[in-house]
Amino acid sequence: MRGHLAPHRFPEKTRRVQSPNTRSTLLMAPALMWLTALMVVPCGLILALGFFRRGLYGGIEYTFTLENFALIVDPLYAGIFLTSARIAGLATLIAVVIGYAAAYAIAAAPRHRQPLLLFLAVLPFWSNYLIRTYAWIVLLNREGLITQGLRMLGYEGEPPSMLYTEGAVITGLVYNYLPFVILACYAPLARLNPELAEASRDLGASAFTTFRRVILPMTVPGIAAGAVFVFVLSIGNFITPALLGGGRFQMMGNLIYAQFLTANDWPFGAAISMVLIAIMMGLLTIQAIAAEKGAGERREGTDG
Amino acid sequence: MPQSPAPLRIAATLAAGLVAAGPAAAELVISNWDGYMAPDAVANFATESGEAAEMVVHATNEEIMGKLIASGGQGYDVVFVSSPFAEVLNNLDLLEPIDAAKVPNLANLYAEAAALPHDPGNTFSVPYAWGTTGLCYRSDLVSPEPASWHDLLHPAEAQAGKVTLLGTDRWLLAAGFLAKGYSVNETDQAKLDEVEAELIEAKKTMLAFDDTTFYSKLVSGEATLVHAWDGWCNYGIAENPDIKFMIPSEGSDLWVDTMVVMKASENKDGAFKFINYILDAKNHAWAAENILYKVPNKPAMESLSADMAATYPNMGMAPADLVALEQLRDVGDASRAYAKAVSAIKAAQ
Amino acid sequence: MADRSPATRRSLTVVLFAVFAFLYIPIATLVALSFNEGGLPTAWTGFSVKWYGALMANRDILSAALNTLIVAMISTAIAVVLGTLLALGIETRRRKGRALEALVFAPMIIPDIVLAIALLSFFSLLKVPMGLHTIILSHVVFNLAFVSAVVRARLKSFDWSVTEASADLGASALTTFRRVTLPLILPAVIAGALLAFTLSVDEFIIAFFTAGAGRASTTLPMQIFAMIRFGVTPEINALATLVMIVSVTALTLSQRLNKGVIAP
Repeated sequence: MRGHLAPHRFPEKTRRVQSPNTRSTLLMAPALMWLTALMVVPCGLILALGFFRRGLYGGIEYTFTLENFALIVDPLYAGIFLTSARIAGLATLIAVVIGYAAAYAIAAAPRHRQPLLLFLAVLPFWSNYLIRTYAWIVLLNREGLITQGLRMLGYEGEPPSMLYTEGAVITGLVYNYLPFVILACYAPLARLNPELAEASRDLGASAFTTFRRVILPMTVPGIAAGAVFVFVLSIGNFITPALLGGGRFQMMGNLIYAQFLTANDWPFGAAISMVLIAIMMGLLTIQAIAAEKGAGERREGTDG
Repeated sequence: MPQSPAPLRIAATLAAGLVAAGPAAAELVISNWDGYMAPDAVANFATESGEAAEMVVHATNEEIMGKLIASGGQGYDVVFVSSPFAEVLNNLDLLEPIDAAKVPNLANLYAEAAALPHDPGNTFSVPYAWGTTGLCYRSDLVSPEPASWHDLLHPAEAQAGKVTLLGTDRWLLAAGFLAKGYSVNETDQAKLDEVEAELIEAKKTMLAFDDTTFYSKLVSGEATLVHAWDGWCNYGIAENPDIKFMIPSEGSDLWVDTMVVMKASENKDGAFKFINYILDAKNHAWAAENILYKVPNKPAMESLSADMAATYPNMGMAPADLVALEQLRDVGDASRAYAKAVSAIKAAQ
Repeated sequence: MADRSPATRRSLTVVLFAVFAFLYIPIATLVALSFNEGGLPTAWTGFSVKWYGALMANRDILSAALNTLIVAMISTAIAVVLGTLLALGIETRRRKGRALEALVFAPMIIPDIVLAIALLSFFSLLKVPMGLHTIILSHVVFNLAFVSAVVRARLKSFDWSVTEASADLGASALTTFRRVTLPLILPAVIAGALLAFTLSVDEFIIAFFTAGAGRASTTLPMQIFAMIRFGVTPEINALATLVMIVSVTALTLSQRLNKGVIAP
């Protein structure tokens, strides 16, 4: 009984030897040390790197400077950030619309089928990213499968150029992150109390009004969290623009990649990485505040 | 090279991992572009010299430079890089001076190849292949035949959307410099800006930036006119005789791909042995036959069959004509401006 | 959710079909092409497994596959131990600070490219020679986070009274863990391990940046990237099919063992 009432309390005997928190700390120590050594310290290191100067031939000159962060507002790089934000934003928007529709359809399916449907929707997300991207090269290139298909159907004109376009990059991003969005949208939809929607309909609201006024507001926070991740993963991507964009598009990810592997300007690359992290944290904070506010309003609206 | 059984290798890797010591250094590590050496060259060298050697690949100069600068050259013995990058490595003090006594086959190099502007006397780099950059095109699909760099940058209607440009900093900008009649090593910011604008304009009619698969795009018909290194165009010619190579009227660059020995190498004698092995007339000729690039080795080139030059006309280009072109050099601090210009070009919509 | 009109139902079914088609057609295409004798997407020239044969004869691919297995197995093994301990530690803690939650959550959400360059800078500045071992060290970072997330989900519904009962009966902490706690959370631990294994097998960006020179530390995704960059070769289709079979098998097992790992 005692255990049920205080689920986190530890067995008497152990408690006498060491307090639960000491033991908990000991248990966590190895993992936390690992994360500190190989995540916190390296990330701190690149934050610091952002304030140094690039040596003439790459390498790092240890003089303090703010010029890397100043470069970020340079029209060229600011322009690249905006373009990649636009591409990532479009990809996120499309992924959210399709993903929400799919999650809604899954949540509306008979209950016993939902786990399988969800599993199938999410499965591609865990297969190799490069392979999933490569599949689109096979489909979209000028002499690729779609062109072949069109020819078989009797199309004789000049094959359209589908690969190496912004559309191809966006398609690749949507394709890769869609399962993630479906998952993020499904959770709140599945938790949704069907009686609410019913009540709304009973009160004479149309299906669309019910959706817009009842279902959508209650599921938005979950979707927003999913959207933030898709946006950040897209804007920091370098593989999809390289493979499907033919090098014609630069995302923040390509820029970071280039600073480290081609331009050898590590300090600037470090500064861009910090901007990427800042964007992510900023968006997540906004999402969390919005979600909290939404939850508060909902409590007022439904609990009374 | 005998492969140790898998369990042993796993155990060895484990051990290496535990002591964080990296792979055993006995094996000579040679990094080259993929497919830029006869496939059997390393194995033959190993048999002949008794040195264990492994070939690893890099996709671009920049990629291997990133790795070399990050690691201080650790883990590599012989690296193949283009001459401007060899100059940078040398300035960074990462290269071992070439010990001519250990590479007697240096005598096989053309006189021109021993007096290249970037490294007269081959003190830190040994030329492996050389050539020029130009236009590679499907003569059955492109008419009239291209004549100028402008035909690449501003192609006729029929070619629009079917041209590719080399995407690495130096060659991408070289196309613009040459079209404008400037030096391929231009460092004047105003001229660089002009070329940047020119290349941004060229993007509108371009299919993609491509450094690795342009010739297969020509073969499949995905592209009809591409910016190419002469030797790599030959790969296309080998698959489709309608593919041709030409040097635009404004001229072109001389590029030299070199072999360098890392100062961090733990087996420098082995590294020199390898370079000497490659410079052997028979081996260097075998390399040329395999990679279809000109090599700066006099007896090797002279031993090639006349068919080669007939099938691949650019193989017949004389060293004197080649060195008359301006060699790509390290541009020092301007490389930052180059990188920025290339970023701007690639980002432009 | 409640009843819907037949028309709504039909349109929802259409949506599902369309989405599944979008998700699976590209993958199915690669699988189909891997059995195409001619190897090109241009024409079906007959069924053949010759591309699988070609894979088996390709030493670079075999060596990369072996490296991938080494990385995935070792990093998973370390991550399982650290991640499970971490989960136990957090879930038995009275107060979980925000900083702790953030630290444990971070490896799952930090963009790969940022972690990759951070680790590259770190190893490079400390002059740690890079190789398979640095990939392993790096993979443990995100693997342990995923393992601990899966195990924590299980511990949330864990009835701690059984461990108390065990202690009351005089069992030592270690015995209680071994005989009571571990068997109860084992499905979650194995599920977490399978998930970590899959992540590690497929991980490209961090491996690419933290690898050393040469074939000795080239993993399968790095090999695939190189192959894709150098053009469309039919071998990739066969390789893609095999890699996907491995991932799907591990994930299906993981899902079976512990409902809700991949999808709740």
